[in-house]
Amino acid sequence: MAQLDDRTEHHSELADGVSAQVPTTDEVQIKTPESIGGMGHRKKRKEDPRFLQGKGNYVDDVKLPGMLYMDIVRSPYAHAKINKIDASAALEMDGVLAVITGEDLKAAGDLHWMPTLMSDTQMVLPIDKVVYYAQEVCAVVATSRYIAADAIEQVFVDYEPLDPVVDPFEAMKDEVIVRDDKEQKTNHIWHWEAGDKAATDAVFNDAGTVVKEKFYIPRIHVASIETCGMVANYDKVREHMQIYMTSQAPHAHRTVFALVSGLPEHKIQIISPDIGGGFGGKVPVYPGYVICAVASLVTGKPVKWIEDRSENLQADSFARDYHIEAEMAADKDGKITGLRVKTLSDCGAADAAANPSKFPAGLYSICTGSYDLKAAHVEVDGVYTTKPPGGVAYRCSFRVTEAVHMVERMADIMAHELGEDPADYRLRNFIRPDQFPYTSPTGWEYDSGNYEAALNKAMGMLDYRALRKEQAEKRAKGELMGIGISSFTEVVGAGPSKDYDILGIKMFDSAEIRIHPTGKAMARFGTKSQGQGHETTYAQIVAEELGLPADDIEVEEGDTDTAPYGLGTYASRSTPTAGAAAAMAARKIKAKAKKIAAHLLEVGDDDLEWNVDRFQVKGSPDQAKTIQEIAFAAYTNHPQGMEAGLEAVDYYDPPNLTFPFGSYICVVDIDKGTGEVKVRRFVAIDDCGHIINPLIVEGQIHGGLTMGLAPSLYEEIVYDEHGQNLTGTLADYLLPTAVESPKWELGKTITPSPHHPIGAKGVGESPTVGAPPAIANAVVDALWHLGVRNIDIPITPPKVWKALRDAGVTD
Amino acid sequence: MSEHEVTLTINGESVTRSVEARTLLVHFIREDLSLTGTHIGCDTTSCGACTVLVCGKPVKSCTMFAVQADGAEVETIESVAVGGALHPLQEGFWEKHGLQCGYCTPGMIMTAKNFLANNPNPTEDEIRRGISGNLCRCTGYNKIVEAIQYAAEKIQADAGGE
Ligand code: FES
Ligand code: FES
Repeated sequence: MAQLDDRTEHHSELADGVSAQVPTTDEVQIKTPESIGGMGHRKKRKEDPRFLQGKGNYVDDVKLPGMLYMDIVRSPYAHAKINKIDASAALEMDGVLAVITGEDLKAAGDLHWMPTLMSDTQMVLPIDKVVYYAQEVCAVVATSRYIAADAIEQVFVDYEPLDPVVDPFEAMKDEVIVRDDKEQKTNHIWHWEAGDKAATDAVFNDAGTVVKEKFYIPRIHVASIETCGMVANYDKVREHMQIYMTSQAPHAHRTVFALVSGLPEHKIQIISPDIGGGFGGKVPVYPGYVICAVASLVTGKPVKWIEDRSENLQADSFARDYHIEAEMAADKDGKITGLRVKTLSDCGAADAAANPSKFPAGLYSICTGSYDLKAAHVEVDGVYTTKPPGGVAYRCSFRVTEAVHMVERMADIMAHELGEDPADYRLRNFIRPDQFPYTSPTGWEYDSGNYEAALNKAMGMLDYRALRKEQAEKRAKGELMGIGISSFTEVVGAGPSKDYDILGIKMFDSAEIRIHPTGKAMARFGTKSQGQGHETTYAQIVAEELGLPADDIEVEEGDTDTAPYGLGTYASRSTPTAGAAAAMAARKIKAKAKKIAAHLLEVGDDDLEWNVDRFQVKGSPDQAKTIQEIAFAAYTNHPQGMEAGLEAVDYYDPPNLTFPFGSYICVVDIDKGTGEVKVRRFVAIDDCGHIINPLIVEGQIHGGLTMGLAPSLYEEIVYDEHGQNLTGTLADYLLPTAVESPKWELGKTITPSPHHPIGAKGVGESPTVGAPPAIANAVVDALWHLGVRNIDIPITPPKVWKALRDAGVTD
Repeated sequence: MSEHEVTLTINGESVTRSVEARTLLVHFIREDLSLTGTHIGCDTTSCGACTVLVCGKPVKSCTMFAVQADGAEVETIESVAVGGALHPLQEGFWEKHGLQCGYCTPGMIMTAKNFLANNPNPTEDEIRRGISGNLCRCTGYNKIVEAIQYAAEKIQADAGGE
């Protein structure tokens, strides 16, 4: 990695190294002493003391003088005409100041509709019809939370129910039109494809074996423990809007607010304070936010809106909801050659997915995964239904979970069909280490990878061959045990500006570092941590580059008045983009520091070399100036003609995405009587390139694995035929507790990203992506001999029990 | 709505406030007393983010009225560190990385505090059951379990040393 460390501030030099092949190790690299705490140190988090003592500051903790409260009237129907909204009784109540309807928003400048991130439109408040259950119908503003909640019961809405359309395949028939506001009277929104159809057809024509399967990746919800909310504070005198908001992307939200409301952008300040988990659910702009801001504009007072859990589960963006039909081809030797995929994406009542704008199906075309295929063709169609809009991530990069689930299930089905061991089958079909950088049949350039190293390590950790023996013995006795593998490839860190934007804004990210005269520093970023530990990891990156102790660096994010512009935190993009910006800004500072050191030591720049935290004269290390001495001189004794100060900003445009990968092996035992699946062991080998903080990386992987377990076995948002949400509380929508969550066994390989300045790749989401197919493969592996080829997630006891009954195993 | 006078001890300090009968204890703590360390994460008594100790017992404060706590001793996360020194549980959560977004953490620590008081030397399985009324979406629980184990050992070591 020496060539990376020597790079200076020029981005163009970075791009040059993209094609270097990189070796895999498994030792975390540490180059600074613990007192500095640069990369690789298991550093305790700097942000924790406030959270541990109840001193976090979340949106609902914000209390402003004279603050009002907003609550929302929601639709009891999935599809209905609105004849009349009568708010007179509510308005007569003591403490009720206003009721805001769609008509009011229309009068305020057509604010009753807003753009979605996918260039569709979405109602903020309806004028004449509602298109999903729990849709916002109007809002009440009152002097207290309780009065606002009472008042929404006193708003009388005359609905005329219309036929809902809940099933996306039914919706494709266009018998019920969800969006009759559109010129085209159809529910079909878009068609998207990737890969080469003719080449794929040819590969299938030549195939020795073809397997087919259908998968439904169900609608789920991120359900961060903190729901969404806002405090909007419009100052009529200053004509200034200050907003506290549960936002994963405060700058992008500021721009959206400016564009939608017409308020000048410099008069809007968005503060995303401490965030109680995001996972993608705090990327979209929800109607409640817009109404809350309007409520403050109208009343001239601060207004707070905090959704409750049922509103959160029933109306906020969902994730997944992909109906997949896949075919995989193998040649006469059983080697995988091709993949053909057709997918229906149930978008709900608006295409409000949180994808980069040019990618309606996100990065779904990563679906050839870790395998070296000859050809692939992928098609996705988006369709409206009368369900809440969404399509956010649930702790994964854009639609990568759906892609990985499909390809890892298909590889397993193929291995079983051919009678091969699923591990050996993967090993002989992987893209080989010497093939990187690898161009996939759907056009991705995988930056680096070593899939066999990760799988071999996972197999070694739980003695895979012994487990297979145990399985055979158990099967002979009629016991059900399964071993499932997932060798996934992720694609994160969006993204290079030529392809990646959100509503036209390029997906760079930023860092600004200021070193104070006494050698302490402030670093600000365009991203926003929601628990990922940025205050610690960014400080460690800067510490690594500049030799300043990480504890001497204050990291700030989330206030659009002070932080540099960035696109925010989601899709594991913070380390690939803002983390890179941190290193690049630090390198700019280092370049200036060198000049100051040369001036102080009275030598030429070229006579100096960097050593952890100082510039020293080559060959005489006693002659040196530490970064702290240099910082002081930058304000007190800098060279004539040089600007004072020691600071830099970097807007980092990544040359490529990063491709973290890993191999997971899951061992399950199935209770024949109840159909219950018990995860006995789960080994996870992750490769996220260079590791900034192993403690935080482990925490990210644990959390991601539990969020991978959740949709595999428990979670699904379910609607009845009327479009009513049957899983609208945490008593119905089951999040795993400490009892359900297994003891995860972790391991790692390290294959640095060749194009990232610190060789890191991002990690928070790999496990959510990789875990579900390992679990599903384990269950099907236990049942394959009974004729079971697939059980859709969540794999609940009734589904397994039914499969066992159909196979005559239980009655 | 009828108003009632409530007098209770909060983190060792006696307070009296007049509240509506329907005021939930969690809102009383967060809004009337401005102690915002106690959080709200659901409306079905499912998540445990609102857990406080009422007369030493863990209570989901979203499911109790303030008037029901009249005369009680209530402890919240704000009382756990004494004189600036972190409690062994807080230390354990910090050392073992038992928190990420921190939203579940106060409730988790209050539950664990009572749990360890009743079971000072728990097995891993007992810890998992003991905190199963508290949801965490970020950590996957493994490191929370380790944090509680750390605290159990620390508390025992400290007690042994006296
Ligand atoms: S807020 Fe969820 S249990 Fe009290
Ligand atoms: S740390 Fe985020 S919910 Fe537990």
